[in-house]
This record gives sequence, C-alpha cells and structure tokens, in this order.
Amino acid sequence: MNDTDVSVKIVEVTKSFGDFTAVNQVSLDIRKGEFFSLLGPSGCGKTTLLRMIGGFELPTGGQIIINGQDVTHLPPYKRPVNMVFQSYALFPHLNVLDNVAFGLRYKKITGAAATRQAEAMLDLVRMQGFSQRFPPQLSGGQRQRVALARALAMEPQVLLLDEPLGALDQKLRKEVQIELKNLQRSLGITFIFVTHDQEEALTMSDRIAVMNQGRVEQLDASHQVFEYPKTEFVAQFMGAPNFFTGVVKNIAEGLMHLGSRADSDIRVRTTSDVWKPEDPVRFVVRPEKLDLRTKSGTSDGEVSVEVTIEDRVYQGVNTVWVVRGDDGARYTIYEQNDRPFQESSRFRVGGRAFMSWNPRDTVVMEKNGK
Amino acid sequence: MRKSDSSSGRAPYLLISPTWLVLGLFFILPLFIMLMISFGQRGTYGGLKPIVDLGAYLLSGEFLANYRQTLDPLYLQIYWRSLWMAVVTTALCLLISYPVAYYIAVVAPARRKNLLLALVVIPFWTSFLIRTYAWMLVLRTEGLVNSLLLGTGIIDAPLSLLYNEMAVMIGLVYGELPFMILPLYASLEKLDLTLLEASGDLGANHPSTFWRVTVPLTMPGIVAGIVLVFIPSIGQFVVSDLLGGAKSMLAGNLIQNQFAVARNKPFGSAVAFELTAVVLLLLMAYAWYTKRKGQEAML
Repeated sequence: MNDTDVSVKIVEVTKSFGDFTAVNQVSLDIRKGEFFSLLGPSGCGKTTLLRMIGGFELPTGGQIIINGQDVTHLPPYKRPVNMVFQSYALFPHLNVLDNVAFGLRYKKITGAAATRQAEAMLDLVRMQGFSQRFPPQLSGGQRQRVALARALAMEPQVLLLDEPLGALDQKLRKEVQIELKNLQRSLGITFIFVTHDQEEALTMSDRIAVMNQGRVEQLDASHQVFEYPKTEFVAQFMGAPNFFTGVVKNIAEGLMHLGSRADSDIRVRTTSDVWKPEDPVRFVVRPEKLDLRTKSGTSDGEVSVEVTIEDRVYQGVNTVWVVRGDDGARYTIYEQNDRPFQESSRFRVGGRAFMSWNPRDTVVMEKNGK
Repeated sequence: MRKSDSSSGRAPYLLISPTWLVLGLFFILPLFIMLMISFGQRGTYGGLKPIVDLGAYLLSGEFLANYRQTLDPLYLQIYWRSLWMAVVTTALCLLISYPVAYYIAVVAPARRKNLLLALVVIPFWTSFLIRTYAWMLVLRTEGLVNSLLLGTGIIDAPLSLLYNEMAVMIGLVYGELPFMILPLYASLEKLDLTLLEASGDLGANHPSTFWRVTVPLTMPGIVAGIVLVFIPSIGQFVVSDLLGGAKSMLAGNLIQNQFAVARNKPFGSAVAFELTAVVLLLLMAYAWYTKRKGQEAML
C-alpha cells in the first residue's frame, strides 16, 4: 500500500496499565476513506487502541501517524480526528444546536456561520427541528445522531466510533448500521469503528481487524475474515466453532492432503508453502456448510464423519443441530429451514448420523496459529 | 419531591409537624420577639423603656429610631467592612476549595478519596472556638510562625500577625473552607469525565474545557458553597473578636456588643434583624436559582 493512501498508520503501538498490557505491539495501516472495524471481545484492547488514536490515552510505546503527521504525543484537541463516544457524551447544559456547534469556534467559525454549519449537520443526520432541545429530552437514537453530527461538524479526516450503537435496541441498530455505512460512503472520510458484534462489523466494514488479548489476530476484508478465519480464535468469534484435528499427508500441485478422523483424506487448496508432511493441522468448517446424512456420503469427494446428535434448536431461519464426534469434539450445524436436509425428519436427538461437507469448505488454520 | 401526594391526606403534614414546632418555637417566635424589641427604646438600666401612649409612639415614628440609628456612618462603615470581609472570604474559599475538591473528586485514586474527605471533616471534631484559639497560638508574637521565622533567621524581629484584618481573614477562610469543599466535591463527583474528553476532542484546550464544561456543570455546587460560606461569614463575631483588633469590628461584634456590653437590646435587635433580612434575601435568591435551573437544592 502506498503511504499516501494511508489515513492512520499505527506502528508497534503498546499500551500498558501497570502489569496489564492492554495493547501489545499492534501495527495497522488504515486506508483513506475506508470503513475499518476493530472487532473483539471486551478487554481485547480495541477501545484502548481507539482512544490512543483519539489522544485520550498515550501509548507506552510505538507511533501513531495520521495523514503523514506523527500525532503520538499530541493532545486530542490538536488531532484531525473526532470521536463518537459510547455514551455519546453530549453536554447536558447545552441545547442540541450548541452541542453541535461546540467545537466550531476553535476552527474560527463563529456566529451565524457556526449556526448554519451546525444546522446543516443536523439536517445530515435528520435531526432538523431538534436544535433547541436539551440532551436529556432526547431518545437514545436521537442522542446518537446528535453525537454523530457534533463530531462531523468538525470536518474530521478520521471519525472514531466507540461502540456507538451499543445502547440502541436491535431493530434501530440494524437501521443505523445501514445509515452509517451510507453516510461514510457519501462523505468519503475514514471511519474507525469499535464493536464486539461480529454481525455489525460485517454489515458495515470494508476491512476488519479482529483483536484478542491486545493483539491483532487477523486483518482482512470483511468477507475474508468471515469465510477464511486464520486462527481458532477468529473462527470461534466469527461463529464457526467447528474444529478438527488432522495431519498433513502430502503436498502436491497446490493441494494439501489432510488425514483426520474423517473416513477419507481431505484435499485442500493451499497457497502457503510452510506446510510439511506430518505437520499437525487444525481446520474448521462453518456450521452452514455442514450437512447431516443417514449414510456416509463419499460419492463426489465429500468428507463424512460419524456423530451422535445431542440437541436441535429451532431458531426461525435456521435449525441448529449440536452433534458430538466419537473423539468427544462438539460441532454446530445450521440447517436452513427453507432448504432442509434431505433426511431431516429421520434425525432424533440421541441418534447417530453422518456429518459431511464439501472439502472446498475446509478452512485450514494458520500454522502454529493459536 | 415537590409533588404532594393527595392520596395520603394529612399524614405528610403530621409527619413534618415536629419540624414546624421546633422552627416555630426556636426560630420564628424569637425572630418575631426580636422584631418587636427592635421597635422599642432602651430603658435606663438596660431592658426596655415602657411605652406610655402606643398611638403617639407609632405616629411620631419614634419606633423606627433604632433603624435610623443603624444608618449612622459609623455603623455603615462596620456593615461595609462585614460585607467586604464576607465577600473576600467567600472568594478565597472558592479559589482554594475548587482545586482541592477537584483533586479529591476527579484526580485522586478511588481508594484514597474517603481518607481525603475525612481530613476535610476531621476539624469539626474540635470546637470552632478552640480551633480559633489555636490560631492565636500560631499567629501571636511568640507564636509558631514567628518562632519559625526568627529561628531560621528570615526575620530579626517578630511580625505582628495577630489582631488585624489579615488575622480575621485567615480565621474566617480557615473556618469556612469545609463548607465550600464539600458541596463542590458533591457536584464534581457527579461530573461525567467523558464530557471533558468530548470537549478536548472538539478542539477545546484545558482552560477552555474548564470554563465551558466543568464550571457550568458544577455551578450548583459553586452556588451552594457560596451561600454556605457567605452567610456565616457576614454574621461572624467569634473570629473577629479573638483574632481581630479594635479596627476590625464586624456587624456580628456590633450586635454582640449591644446585647452584652452596651445593654441596648432594641438597637442590637434592629441591627440583627437587618442582618437576618439580608441572609433571608440571599436564601430566597438561592431558592429561585435552584428552581429556575430545575435542580435539587444542595442545602
């Protein structure tokens, strides 16, 4: 990536609080105009990293460069970034208009011009007509819009969003996700979005950095992270908790032959040249790629594993099957209810079945991946 | 809390009746007696001169003689000094207390907050009178400050630190400090610190954030502290009596003198009543302020 395309460059940034390392040697290049998400469970360091970009925490080590300028030690008010806080942090003693116009005077915009710009931002987030209200008189969704307008009024080069949808109910959340994505596309500024919700990250992001224990586990385009998790943690977090253990048998013509508890060898396409025969290997298959059969189906190169059915849960769109392999490993299978398994009615909890999948859907974990 | 619950009938009134009884007997009734006395005249041996013809007394306007006397330039000078001392005391208390309260509420680690608050409150365990005497020991010619300064050779002759307005000011500020720190702490403690971060994020530097966010949001504490400090300061007589000289007489001393020394109860009552009126006006202004802001009063 060309350095002029980089909006925020994070170089080996570390943040420690006493003995606890919140962010550990993280390096990231966030591109101009992209919707970038930091995704991970609580305590993974994603918010700390965002706060360091905003200037609310100073890194213990490393460098933060925004549009070519080293801002590592600059206070928040000298950075070309603005933040939408998780709690929105609207000033309760100021009305909506004054909240949005709060920072304009520091950009030498005052009086009628400031009012005009603030009103324009309220239009942008469809909050026109609320300018004289006070924050305590607004609903959660309205506050979120005002917070967004207030940050955007500063015309930041990078907008930081710290789980801004966390306080909204499910339905409103879905709507705002689409709106935010559209807004980002039309404004063309860089959004850095922190969330613990993988679906939310997938809905909006161009790229996702999945974080775990202060490190970036995987940084990829959204669909890559979803379809090709590189580590077990990412696979688990992206909702693919179906882990298999195997061993590399041989590698030829870009194909890796894995031996496992499955009845047949699995042929997996590989671009990596780090694998050698006899290497132990872990791989996953997404729950929606798994099929349940009464017979071992090896006809077209499919892989089958015999399992015991432990549970079935109807969830509307899907039926979730929980099965256990003879080695004790537990797997999750999603059956789409509008395209049920051919022999769906013959499976009973406690019964035996064959779990099968197309070898193409096998995702091999990175070598020595956690 | 302002809404009355009609379903519970007279019960709330019954419940607060002890308060009213105490207030009525020990506050409103004495105030009324004081008002009556302030219209009277001093008897030859103290006490009150009997009024022979009430009609003539009222018509002649003689009942206002005490109030007329309070406007004497000599006394006006005393009120002015009291007012000035109270204003400066309040201002100094605010200036000293805000950083202290800010430190305890915002900066100090959570585990040390209670200790720091205790340190603010602990002086209350000792009588205010004793603490004021202690200041005499500190400030007098052979006192702590002078011995230290002499001992270290900074000065050759002891400074006269006691019996002047400065000593009174030190005593007043010292005594009223906790009454400023505590309400300030209470409102700073409630301050949402992300608001300060948001202000910084929007381009405001620290002083700007302080004036545009911190001060407006802690205004209830500031106003409560001002009221709590100003009112006792303007009526103060112990501090000026012990630490002040002849030239630092305050309205409180004037009143005390009229009752204890000059034995002119009617005139003392008139001054006291004027002072009470000033304090009541101030409290009413405070009540108006909290109502306008829709906040719960901190007093």
